[in-house]
Amino acid sequence: MTTTTDTTAEALTDGSVDLLRFATAGSVDDGKSTLIGRLLFDSKTIFEDQLDSVEKVSQDRGNDYTDLALLTDGLRAEREQGITIDVAYRYFTTPKRKFIIADTPGHIQYTRNMVTGASTADVALILVDARKGVIEQSRRHTFLATLLGVPHIVVCVNKMDLVDYSEEVFENIRREFTEFASRLRVPDLTFIPISALVGDNVVNRSENTPWYDGSPLLSHLERLHVASDRNLVDVRFPVQYVIRPQSHDARDYRGYAGTVASGVMKAGDRVVALPAGLETTIESIDTADGPVEEAYPPMSVTVRLADEIDISRGDMIARPNNKPAALQEIDAQICWMDESAPLVKGKKYAIKHTSRWARAMVKDINYRVDVNTLHRDEEATEIRLNEIGRIQLRVTVPLFVDPYTQNRQTGSFILVDEATNKTVAAGMVGGLPRSA
Amino acid sequence: MTSHVLSQLRSLEAESIHIIREVVAEMQRPVLLFSGGKDSIVMLHLAAKAFAPARIPFPIMHVDTGLNFQTVLDCRDRWVERLGIQLVVASVPDAIDRGLVQEEPNGSRNRIQTPVLLEAMEKNGFDAAFGGGRRDEEKARAKERVFSFRDDFGQWDPKNQRPEIWSLYNGRVHQGESIRVFPLSNWTELDIWSYIAAEDIDLPDLYLAQEREVVDRGGMLFAVNEFTPLKDGETSEVRSVRYRTVGDANLTAAVASEAATLHEIVEEIAAVRITERGATRGDDKVSEAAMEDRKREGYF
Repeated sequence: MTTTTDTTAEALTDGSVDLLRFATAGSVDDGKSTLIGRLLFDSKTIFEDQLDSVEKVSQDRGNDYTDLALLTDGLRAEREQGITIDVAYRYFTTPKRKFIIADTPGHIQYTRNMVTGASTADVALILVDARKGVIEQSRRHTFLATLLGVPHIVVCVNKMDLVDYSEEVFENIRREFTEFASRLRVPDLTFIPISALVGDNVVNRSENTPWYDGSPLLSHLERLHVASDRNLVDVRFPVQYVIRPQSHDARDYRGYAGTVASGVMKAGDRVVALPAGLETTIESIDTADGPVEEAYPPMSVTVRLADEIDISRGDMIARPNNKPAALQEIDAQICWMDESAPLVKGKKYAIKHTSRWARAMVKDINYRVDVNTLHRDEEATEIRLNEIGRIQLRVTVPLFVDPYTQNRQTGSFILVDEATNKTVAAGMVGGLPRSA
Repeated sequence: MTSHVLSQLRSLEAESIHIIREVVAEMQRPVLLFSGGKDSIVMLHLAAKAFAPARIPFPIMHVDTGLNFQTVLDCRDRWVERLGIQLVVASVPDAIDRGLVQEEPNGSRNRIQTPVLLEAMEKNGFDAAFGGGRRDEEKARAKERVFSFRDDFGQWDPKNQRPEIWSLYNGRVHQGESIRVFPLSNWTELDIWSYIAAEDIDLPDLYLAQEREVVDRGGMLFAVNEFTPLKDGETSEVRSVRYRTVGDANLTAAVASEAATLHEIVEEIAAVRITERGATRGDDKVSEAAMEDRKREGYF
């Protein structure tokens, strides 16, 4: 069993542990909370006082077993209703990796939470109840995960204990799911037969599934190669903040602070600053611990340039022969997240893309997607809460974008309602027009 | 050739720096809430890194309950001096004298900190406040956003939170509203200690084990001092203890430990089976939803 031990302590401080973010999805009773409880429990991440509290509440409610789901439902309303109402983040660490779990609710009315959780995930875990097979929600969650560009999908066929660990049941689900997924962009799809309640193939290999020759879930997650999912080709450095010390010793210092969105930058590289379009050379890449030779995502660094160019927050540094498109007309898929008003044609919103704010007007709604059937309704005149659609935006200034499928950082944006200040949409830049 | 994979500690560090810079770039008047504990100190260390070689471009604020360990105040003052940063103190004893808040019967000043904090935020016009809260600490915190919107009264509404997608944070607020920002959201207690050890960060010596005079109250070990004197009939003993959290001196208990160096602490925390708050904070045990309720009132 993988445990949090001295090996972890060493690995954590010597830097050999990396980070993997995954999002869970599944419908209400598929056992998602139980699976997370099981991962935390079997990796010894649950603490005794937390377990005591869960045991006490389980007893108070008259349950005859300890409800591990209670570990993850943190809010009063959730415990009262016995459901998860909002995305929550959980953590556990093994000697190989630290895991951040975005635990997203399964109800259809919480599509926006699934989108939130999947936006930063390397892996999506889709839970399927072995007794029910591939249902509408399995399809919806998979569609959302692929829409958000999650590179790895793991289908956990759960409750195998309730179908006598039948290989045939598992194979049927695998076949049906694979066929459905072939219509989507799924770069990596894995199936694991599990029982979250009993613990089959979650952390430990199960003896109940001798026909299954793959890894248990945790080993799979520990071994998954995610480094190559990052875009290390296209240099994109959105300028976040200009550092100009007002102190005697560093009076002439002028650095552009930001987080590398993609690509690998090196001192001496020829770069272009957008929108000015002026070319210069990277003089050095600084951090508080001194200069570094290279910067790659998701490093937060400060870049100094050889020439004095007027650059401010919202500008973008790229390579002269590899620039993002500068677009004012943007074609995008959006997920609408505002319960009080739908997205309608002609309305104006604030838009945030990388470190740049602008204003945007909805020029057109091309279609609304039915997330269950993938049917496109081209007659749609509005997009309501938890709906996905394709729209055309006109932005007040050009944004430096890449298609979302090539770059999750420069291909994404949010829309904010200027009256309420609420974040109302998550947007993903579509294929670019030929002229761009 | 390098692998271009950041270790998890460096990824967390980069993410926190990104968040801190985002706040400074977008908010009018941010402040960092500093309690003197390990999480506040890590935040301050990260803020210093985010703007180097310039100074941290915002003040820090200490809501002083008047019940601090002296060594914590000393450590605070060392950091202020070293970073050349402005310190704002919002005093709870002063607020009691002015009648803004009243001492609670149980002696805890935890709840009455909130009005003092909110008053100081308003008086100074702070529209963003960094807090050291981590999602692994408590169930209600696990649900909170990195940019946590607070209304005119500083209240958190868990059902009305702004979705946080990718790393595109929305800090837009109307007059009087504010954002609580948690750059350490994705860190765990073990990450904090691993980072403190890796960076050799200056902390109050309370965190390191040493022989201290303690009294056992219902399994919790309290150091005997002016804030927690021995009561009639109690006996004290000298034991090797350290603190896992540092709150008010009258409420924070120590844990039995031999870990006297940062690396020993990392090893101890990696193997420990009880949460820091469960081990040392009497005030969090009030009810199943104590933290959620306090946050709704404007606490962190």
